[in-house]
Amino acid sequence: MSDVISDTPSPAHGLQRRSLLQGTAGILAAGLFPAIHAQEKIVLRYLGTAVNQDKAIAEKFKADTGIEIQYVAVTTDDVTKRAVTAPNSFDLIDTEYFSLKKIVPTGNLKGIDTKRIKNADKITPLFTQGTVAGKAVGEQGTAPKKVMFLEGEKSKVFAKSPTQFMSLIPTVYNADTLGIRPDLIKRPIDSWAELLNPEFKGKTAILNIPSIGIMDAAMVVEAMGLYKYPDKGNMTRKEIDLTIKTLIEAKKAGQFRALWKDFNESVNLMASGEVVIQSMWSPAVTAVRSKGVACNFQPLKEGYRAWAAGFGVPATLSGRKLDGAYEFINWFLDGWAGAYLNRQGYYSAVLDTAKAKMEAYEWAYWMEGKPAEKDIKGPQGQVLAKAGSVRDGGSYEARMGAIACWNAVMDENNYMVQKWNEFVAA
Amino acid sequence: MGHPTSPPTAGLPAKQGVAAWWQAAPLTLVFALFFLVPLALVLMVSFWDFSEYELLPGFTFKNYVAIFEGCADLAQPCVTLSTYLSTLKFSLLVWGITLVLGFAVAYFLAFHVRSPGMQTLLFVLCTVPFWTSNVIRMVSWVPLLGRNGLVNQTLADLRLIDTPIEWLLFSDFSVVLAFVHLYTMFMIVPIFNSMMRIDRSLIEAASDAGASGWQTLWSVVVPLSRTGIVIGSIFVLTIVMGDFVTIGVMGGQQIASVGKIIQVQTSYLQFPLAAANAVILLAIVLMVIWGLTRLVDLRKEL
Repeated sequence: MSDVISDTPSPAHGLQRRSLLQGTAGILAAGLFPAIHAQEKIVLRYLGTAVNQDKAIAEKFKADTGIEIQYVAVTTDDVTKRAVTAPNSFDLIDTEYFSLKKIVPTGNLKGIDTKRIKNADKITPLFTQGTVAGKAVGEQGTAPKKVMFLEGEKSKVFAKSPTQFMSLIPTVYNADTLGIRPDLIKRPIDSWAELLNPEFKGKTAILNIPSIGIMDAAMVVEAMGLYKYPDKGNMTRKEIDLTIKTLIEAKKAGQFRALWKDFNESVNLMASGEVVIQSMWSPAVTAVRSKGVACNFQPLKEGYRAWAAGFGVPATLSGRKLDGAYEFINWFLDGWAGAYLNRQGYYSAVLDTAKAKMEAYEWAYWMEGKPAEKDIKGPQGQVLAKAGSVRDGGSYEARMGAIACWNAVMDENNYMVQKWNEFVAA
Repeated sequence: MGHPTSPPTAGLPAKQGVAAWWQAAPLTLVFALFFLVPLALVLMVSFWDFSEYELLPGFTFKNYVAIFEGCADLAQPCVTLSTYLSTLKFSLLVWGITLVLGFAVAYFLAFHVRSPGMQTLLFVLCTVPFWTSNVIRMVSWVPLLGRNGLVNQTLADLRLIDTPIEWLLFSDFSVVLAFVHLYTMFMIVPIFNSMMRIDRSLIEAASDAGASGWQTLWSVVVPLSRTGIVIGSIFVLTIVMGDFVTIGVMGGQQIASVGKIIQVQTSYLQFPLAAANAVILLAIVLMVIWGLTRLVDLRKEL
């Protein structure tokens, strides 16, 4: 515990000294040190990507519970890296399910006791059973249900069937597709193959996070009819070679304007018109729109590449900080945060509670795919869609039911990264 | 640069030797702790094996072999080779341009600006951009050079172009431009410094002896500024060789650099591979510096 505390920045030390003084006064007054100690403020260091680290969520949580959330924002790759190499540098991790294949074998995460999670049994069956509205969705890649449960609290292996301990408690998830600028393309787009269509030469971009970028590339390869993968999320070396070769040929022909690695880069590329079609994340599309620029999160006939993120707890977390982490997770699933995320175009893990915190017309627009009765506003109050418009991809069931594959870590990951470097260097 | 710790005891009586060792100790300690030990660790890790999530101590040449895999075929250069070639290309281009620019600015400051007050003022003016961060200075080019950026808009408004110029941004051009913008200062400072130490009577003597302006420049000023040029060159070359942020931001993430590859590898926990790459890069940079220091004896000149 001590090294956990020593990692926190100086304000915490200041507080400790002050509470020590208070504590001393308390001992003098009542001779009851633990009671005073218990009032010391909890600060949770929340490691994740900037996308999910919303200031409003931390503020609302602090107002509700008095617990402070200290965001540590790094890139997707770095979240994994820190979870593996520096598990004591955070109290709560917000990471994606596909990263678990790397993190769980290190034993740095603790199984989350579902008995302490109030809404655990209300988590959408997409995570526990891999179904949407009773129908099974695509399982290629690291589908959450494959890595959802651990055999025990301190287990380093995934359980085959549901247990009491979850590896991550799902928070947000979505199905990704291509983002397009309809005002600059001026024709319908319905296939992943369009990403490499020479018509958009020098105006496309792809994600430069190798393990995700290669999945997008695989969607394109299949859509172009070049090859049908048995599992896009777990390619053989030959399949990786083919995929990268396709990318390199396109790059040499000048297809890509840029590659992007973080949320803001993708927003800027699209909003500035440098790029008219690219792999994109749903909230990034929302962000482009809120700048007043037309942008579609385009549903495509081959389906979506899905991802899901969740909260994990480091194995060394204990005592009041652990309680605080559970409190945050429970609070997060309780509806306010879920509604907040739904309004950004994400999906929340517990739909019932989020629904209770949203207006009926908002729910109908975001989740049921119905035309907006009134103007749809984002969490910050900016108008995202005019009355009458329909959400890209339609309802929750239409979109999440069309998952083709999940973000993944392949068995041949090292080889894939090496080949991806070749693509970047080509 | 090579031996900052060697105590200047040469030729001193033995009695003072002990004191000198003590004086050198703090720096030696810092040098060992923050340079030699980490370097040794990197060297050690570069021979380790690794899996998805852990480093496996041992001794293997696997990482070095992986780096040079397929490099024998020169018709289709391997990643390592093409990356080094691209890094080298940027290093030389940036070095050449910053050298000419830096020399010109330093020459102006040292010989054309007469009053020391004005010199200081202009010199400080050169450092003003350094008050903001590197990345911000870099990113500020993007809205200027973009497809719908200021430059393209202006040219279109002047009816000089019909379609936007694409190569202004996310290209070799923008990378070099940003590098020059960011690092010319590292040339100006050392060259200005050595120019200020040139005895002005030498210039007068050259002029009296009938030398033209160019002759004076080439035969007097340039040789006497050699120290500054070499120091500036070391700065610029080493920075550009290791850079991955500038190339990433200005190149649209699709131009290779050795630093970028090391960064990708570390973010996928391939530390041994990254370490091996770093060792090779370090060896090459040290060779460049060694070559440059052959041209001038820095310790004697300073």
